[in-house]
Order: sequence, then C-alpha cells, then structure tokens
Amino acid sequence: MKLTHEELEILKIIEENHRLPVETIAAMAMVSEETVKKTIKKLEDQKIIISYPTLIDWSKVDGQENVVAMIDVKVTPKRGVGFDEVAERIARFPEVSSLYLMSGAYDLSITVEGKTMQQIAKFVSEKLSPIESVVSTTTHFMLKKYKHDGVIFEGGDEKDRRMVVSP
Amino acid sequence: MKHEYSHYFSEVVKDLKPSGIRKFFDLAASMEGVISLGVGEPDFITPWGTREAAILSLEQGYTSYTANAGLLELREEISKYLSTRFGVQYDPTNQIIVTIGASQALDLAFRAILNQGDEVLIVEPTFVSYAPLVSIAGGKPVAISTSPENGFKVTPEQLEAAITERTKAILLCSPNNPTGSMLNKSELEAIAEVIEKHDLIVLSDEIYSELVYEDEPYTSFAAVKGMYERTILINGFSKGFAMTGWRLGFLAAPSELVSVMLKIFQYTTMCAPHMMQHGAIEALRNGYHEVETMRASYRRRRNYMVQTLNEMGLDCHMPGGAFYVFPSIKSTGLSSEQFAEELLMQEKVAVVPGNVFGESGEGFIRCSYATSMQQLQEAMKRIQRFIETIKINRKEKCPAEVSN
Repeated sequence: MKLTHEELEILKIIEENHRLPVETIAAMAMVSEETVKKTIKKLEDQKIIISYPTLIDWSKVDGQENVVAMIDVKVTPKRGVGFDEVAERIARFPEVSSLYLMSGAYDLSITVEGKTMQQIAKFVSEKLSPIESVVSTTTHFMLKKYKHDGVIFEGGDEKDRRMVVSP
Repeated sequence: MKHEYSHYFSEVVKDLKPSGIRKFFDLAASMEGVISLGVGEPDFITPWGTREAAILSLEQGYTSYTANAGLLELREEISKYLSTRFGVQYDPTNQIIVTIGASQALDLAFRAILNQGDEVLIVEPTFVSYAPLVSIAGGKPVAISTSPENGFKVTPEQLEAAITERTKAILLCSPNNPTGSMLNKSELEAIAEVIEKHDLIVLSDEIYSELVYEDEPYTSFAAVKGMYERTILINGFSKGFAMTGWRLGFLAAPSELVSVMLKIFQYTTMCAPHMMQHGAIEALRNGYHEVETMRASYRRRRNYMVQTLNEMGLDCHMPGGAFYVFPSIKSTGLSSEQFAEELLMQEKVAVVPGNVFGESGEGFIRCSYATSMQQLQEAMKRIQRFIETIKINRKEKCPAEVSN
C-alpha cells in the first residue's frame, strides 16, 4: 500500500513512541490533530498499525522470569498450501511468541516462551513434534538478552556527556 | 609578591570580550535537575560504525602524523562527498585541508587573507567565534543586523550599505547558528552579485548544511554562479555526522588560497589526528544513512518547538535548518539575559540569551532542540509556566497597563 508523506511521518513518530499526545504528534508532523486521529484510525483499520506493545525486561522482576527457546523446525510443505497451513496451525499456540518462515537449513523459526525448561520441553514433545508435517525440531534455549527489537537491554543507553551550555 | 602579568598581554587579546555563554554555563552547571536547551551540539552519539573505525585504527597502530592536509584517502572521500552532495568539484590533492574542527578552518582563512584593519562583514545574530577570530587575525569585524521580519536573512541592500573600501570578505553561515535561518539559491544569487561587484572573498561556513528541513535542496555558496573562485568553503563532521568532540572539519577552496592556508596550518598544527581521520572516512563511506535518520528526527522536533513556542505567545519564525529555534521574548517585557536567568532560577531550564550572539539578538533566546522529545516536552511545560508567572507579576505591578 502506498502511503502519503504525512501518513508515513505519523507512523515513524509513533513507531518511536506511541505515547506522545495527539497534539504533539500533530505539531511534529505539521498536520492538524484531526488528521493525526483519522490517520491512526485508518492505519489501525488497515492493520498497518497492528498493536502497541510495551517492551519489558521481565528478567528483572522476581518470580516473573521466563524461559525462552528458539526452535528450528523442518516441515513437509503440502501441495496447494505450501508452508502456510502448518505455520498457521503452530502460530495458534499461545506459547509461541513469534514464528517466521526462513530460507536455508530449516523452514520455520519459532520463539517459544514458558515458565520452565520442562514446560517448553513438554510443548515440543507433546504439541509441536506430533504435528503431521513436522519432520524435525532443534531447540535452542536463550541464555541472555542483549538486544531486542532494536533496544539494547543493558549498558546500551549511553549517558549524555555534553556540557549544559555550549556555543 | 604577586606578579603583574597584564603588561605582557597582546592588546588584541586584551580587548576581546569573554564569551557571554561562559557566564551562563557556570550558572547552569552549578545547578541540579536542569533541562538544557543551551547545547550547541547533537544529542546523538557518533554512530557506532564510525566509532569502531577509529578504535580499529588505534588497534592497528595508526598513531603517526599524516600529510599536512590530511590523509589523501579522506580528502578523496571529502571531494566525492562535496561533489555528490553539493555539486561542487574540488581536487583532493591540492584543494582540500582537513582541519581541527570547522573553527580552525575559519581561523586559517582569516589569517590567510586579512591585513591590519581589513574589514569582514558578519551577519548578526551570529555564532560567537567569528568576530574574535577576525580581530585576532588583525581584521575588523563589521556587523550587519538582521531581524525576524525578513527571516534573519541578509539582503543585498544591507550588504551594499555595509561595504567600505576596506571590506575584504564576508562570512556567511547558512543555516545559521543561532537563528537557524537558511538562504536559498535565489537569495544567495542576489548576494553574489554584490560580492562580485565589490570583489570580496566569501567564507562560507556550511557546518549545518546536512541539517536542513525544507524540500528545496541545499545550495552551497561555491555552487552559485561565479562564486567558486571567491569562496572558501568550510564544513566538517561535527553537526551532521554527530562528531563534535572529534574536532574534525575541512575547508575547500581554489588551490592558490589553499596553499597559503596550508602554510599556516603546517606550522601551527601539522595535521589532524590520524585515528580520527579514519573514523571520518568510515562516516563518509558508510554512515550517510544515519545522517538522514538524524535529520528526520531533528525536523520533527523543530516543528514541535516552533508550534509550541508560538502557541505560548513567544513569536518564533520557522528556521530552515540547524537545530536551534530563536523565539522573541519581547512580549514578556524582559531582556534576553533577565529572561534566561530567571527561567533558569525559577524553572531550571537553560536557554542562551540572544544578546550573546550580537546586539541584534537582544529580545530573543536561543533554544536548541538537540535533546530528547521527552525533555523538550518538559521544557516547554516549564517555559509555559514561567511565562504565566511573569504575566501575573506584571498585572500585580501595573494593572492598568496590562488590562487591555
């Protein structure tokens, strides 16, 4: 879909921070508040804006730590529907937080989140592997998150070391 | 006994006024929780690719001098950059010098061309260094005042009126610090006619040329018809590439001018730091997309600032470039310094009083928007509150005057 310059500008502003007040977004994009509201509504309806998630570092919260695994899955594509049918099936599991079709040595890359390793192991052996078209799985447990969705978790926010006033 | 020094000092240096920014810096630096709109440099840290190239350079042991004019490899990149970005052609072997910031390029240029008493025209409000650099080089700075009525742009008529038989050069800075004002192609052409007529040299400080926000492409003064031969083009990595602390700039000019400036440079400086030059090569080769990202971010903040300041009654023209807005604070009845000082004391927001940029800056403040949106929003809230209290105080003092 081709967007106008204004629509693109609004998207880029809220991509960085969707919590800015409408009047601020309007001022930054040099459009009216009405235009901002209408544009956002339209882009939501068109599923160009899909949702407004918050990036949380749960590993810092006691009792809320998650185990994350990335699973490489080989599947047999089906005539007529290719990889889509099995992918859509796998995507429905709430344990699956992301799912991509990949080029290369395997077909699907799945991110699975759970409370414990056992939970994930159970998901793989009881839910994922038994699916008819799944040929094999390789599970990698994530040890530490350094960067996610463009955000560096620790040590990434470099301090403002500028002098308070300069010419 | 205390030794007396003042009789040792150069008369020229004794006469230089200390920068008005200094006073503000001391005041603001002593306070906690200050939001600063007083910073004349990007809030972006140099992109990582550029930093890594300089680190690698050090790791590989590039700790020696380079050629006086800078690494040929860097000059070649600069030449390519000037050609593709601004359409001006400079031979890397004899028309470019890599300097310690654009500031040093200015210093070299003034020293190369000025004799005792030669006049240099400077458009006010102006960056604080120009006039002192002219004085140090033995010249005489002559200010031309501009105002928001013509967008802080100098007109050919003003230029004509300021020229005397001693006028040798004019310093142009577009986009301008502190007003953000930018001269477009036709405005530059109009000025060029006068420059041609009076046979002047032009120092074109184009350090903010990457930070321009209008659709019209930026015009380098060297690209204006007939001006190439008269222009010392000065630019650098500080603003557009977010590399202020690297102290890396460059100048480009006709070779005869360059050879004279190089003579001064080789005796005073030898060369720019080797590893920094490697960083700059990387910035030019692979860092340009980051410049574009930063530019887009500044443009949004500029829009926000101009609209918000105008809404609160501080008239603010829309600057074409740089990262400053220069609103008028005349409606508050305060002088620039009073405004800045009271704002700092009451609301802990640091801005720079306009008068430090020359007399015609009186009645204005410079606000830099090279800071996060979050900080800008908070700063605008505080300035709004500050203005409200001024209004209330004035009403209490002289109710009749304000009532209608």
